[in-house]
Amino acid sequence: MSAPVSHQKPPRRFGDRVFAGLAVTSGGAIMLALAGVFVFLAIEGYPGLSVDESFYRPATTFLGYVGPLVYGTTLAAVLALVISVPFAIAIALFISHYAPKRIAAPVAYIMDLLAAVPSVVYGLWGGGVLAGSIRPVQGWLHEHLSFLPFFAGPPSATGRTLLTAGVVLAIMILPITTAICREVFAQTPRLNEEAALALGATRWEMIRLAVFPYARSGMVSAVMLGLGRALGETMAVAMVLSASPIVTLNLISSDNPATIASNIAVNYKEASPDKQAVLIATGLVLFAFTFAVNFLARYIAGRSERRMGR
Amino acid sequence: MNRTSIRRALVPGIAALTLALSSCAAGNEAGGSNGESGSGLSGSIAGGGASSQEKAQAAWRAGFQGENPDATVNYDPVGSGSGRENFISEAYLFAGTDAALSDEEGELAAADKRCGGDVIQIPAYVSPIAVVFNLDGIDSLNLSAPVIAKIFAGKITKWNDPAIAAENDGVDLPNMTITPVHRQDDSGTTENFTKYLEAASDGAWSHEPDGLWPAAIKGGEAADGTSGLVGAVSSGQGTIGYADDSAAGDLGVVAVKVGDEFNTPSAEGAAKVLAVSPRVEGASESNMALELDRATTESGAYPVLLVSYLLACSTYASADDAELVKGYLTYVVSTEGQEAAAGEAGSAPLEASIQEEAMALVESISAK
Repeated sequence: MSAPVSHQKPPRRFGDRVFAGLAVTSGGAIMLALAGVFVFLAIEGYPGLSVDESFYRPATTFLGYVGPLVYGTTLAAVLALVISVPFAIAIALFISHYAPKRIAAPVAYIMDLLAAVPSVVYGLWGGGVLAGSIRPVQGWLHEHLSFLPFFAGPPSATGRTLLTAGVVLAIMILPITTAICREVFAQTPRLNEEAALALGATRWEMIRLAVFPYARSGMVSAVMLGLGRALGETMAVAMVLSASPIVTLNLISSDNPATIASNIAVNYKEASPDKQAVLIATGLVLFAFTFAVNFLARYIAGRSERRMGR
Repeated sequence: MNRTSIRRALVPGIAALTLALSSCAAGNEAGGSNGESGSGLSGSIAGGGASSQEKAQAAWRAGFQGENPDATVNYDPVGSGSGRENFISEAYLFAGTDAALSDEEGELAAADKRCGGDVIQIPAYVSPIAVVFNLDGIDSLNLSAPVIAKIFAGKITKWNDPAIAAENDGVDLPNMTITPVHRQDDSGTTENFTKYLEAASDGAWSHEPDGLWPAAIKGGEAADGTSGLVGAVSSGQGTIGYADDSAAGDLGVVAVKVGDEFNTPSAEGAAKVLAVSPRVEGASESNMALELDRATTESGAYPVLLVSYLLACSTYASADDAELVKGYLTYVVSTEGQEAAAGEAGSAPLEASIQEEAMALVESISAK
């Protein structure tokens, strides 16, 4: 807050001061909480970097242990994005530009409701229903596309694969991505759209020329928020995925790399103090990784905005 | 007006009824063989350890606290290793562990030191592990340990493999891929199952027994926890896994070859294995750690099982602690306690001779 240059101080009422105080405190508290989490992870996780080899089974070093987990986390999150982003953008466009108002409002409402389903429920559904019904799909993929490393198979007999986990994650991140895209699409200046239409653009060309460029940075933020949720999702993955400590591109076999968060959830309750330290250290890696991804995303979004500004 | 009069009659009526019932229950207790635990103990004790005992401990705590409303027993299912560590560091007054304390890592000596005397180690929870599978139209299969080992190691991959067919005359085995399902988390069930495979499979199982499934085996499916494993086996086709017998549900159950017969999991079968298993060599009087004879050929035995122990001290510094631990363990070992666990967790009640011996040890608990 800059000091007001003042013969005429703006009037400061009691309510103003209280509200300003609350806002500053809240802002500070969230920074403090984040720092606290980091300090906790660092202190508790640091010993986990160098405990006895047997705690890193089947690997022998911390990097060997966390490597497949980072890989699995990334693969699952990317898979979820690949599946959900086209859907999210299409649904958002439908709501903001294509659907008549009468339909758009309920569709938007239902999308928001998806966000209210707890992740454990997604896990139960994913493991109990989706895994079973996705088996024929995986069989088909293996039969016709097995030349791609993703579908090399052999297909899992239970369907509890990374592909299933990716689909569950995609559904989970769909509402947040859709909601933000919808908002930024709706904010496209009416004049830009009308100008495009006046130049003879079809509706799709208008969206491409006027809406997308305007909404780009918002779309990146939306995708990044979804990615953040996919990276950190725990229960749904732990309940759906049949995991083992390996690195593979194969999405439909029984051997899938675990994600960091699900690995912690599965192993923490039985862990001895040293193993707990190892798991917390993997949590620290996830924390740093998510941070890095977010920074990168901000940078990309900022760059495209700067370019637009010129 | 009518209603109120009914209500008026209701309260004393219920009171009289409860009084009558509770006096009945009290009478039962006095008549029971192990009625000592009903003596109105108070205070609180903390213990913890093996998560395999979690359900049984819940049943025991409920039963014990029902008899002693002023007493509180806590059991934290943190895992066997942490349970032993916390017992030795005096954070717990008693602990549950799937692997008996042994001299190898110096834990036994440390525990004796903590107690300032002999540590008491008694088997408290015996649970058969069922080998479960999901095949349409087949409820039971006969399999020997070497065949089970080869299936789980990924060496037998089809249900109509000659090795399986040879042990199951007249069963129409499908030409289907076998999907073995194992535990994803570190678990006592896995450890005991792999110990059985190692001991009984004549070398067909080449992996070190461990709570974590050997990562060298490829192609198996992994699931989190007992319920996750049973869920995975149920939702797949041609799947096979291993789980606590109480969790097997509607799945097909393997009859395991013992000697010349094939036995399905049962409490009696598990008890027979305990009966033929010798004590660990050189163990002290108060240490009932058993060298489980998993390769037994005893008729009727079921050697795929998990035995979980309770650790306590023979003497405690505080008289209150001693009384409470003694009271609680007395309830655990008593016929009533063992039956409560059997009802809640599907465990096999202790065999009479072992129960008697354990009870004698528990009764020797005293204050310094």
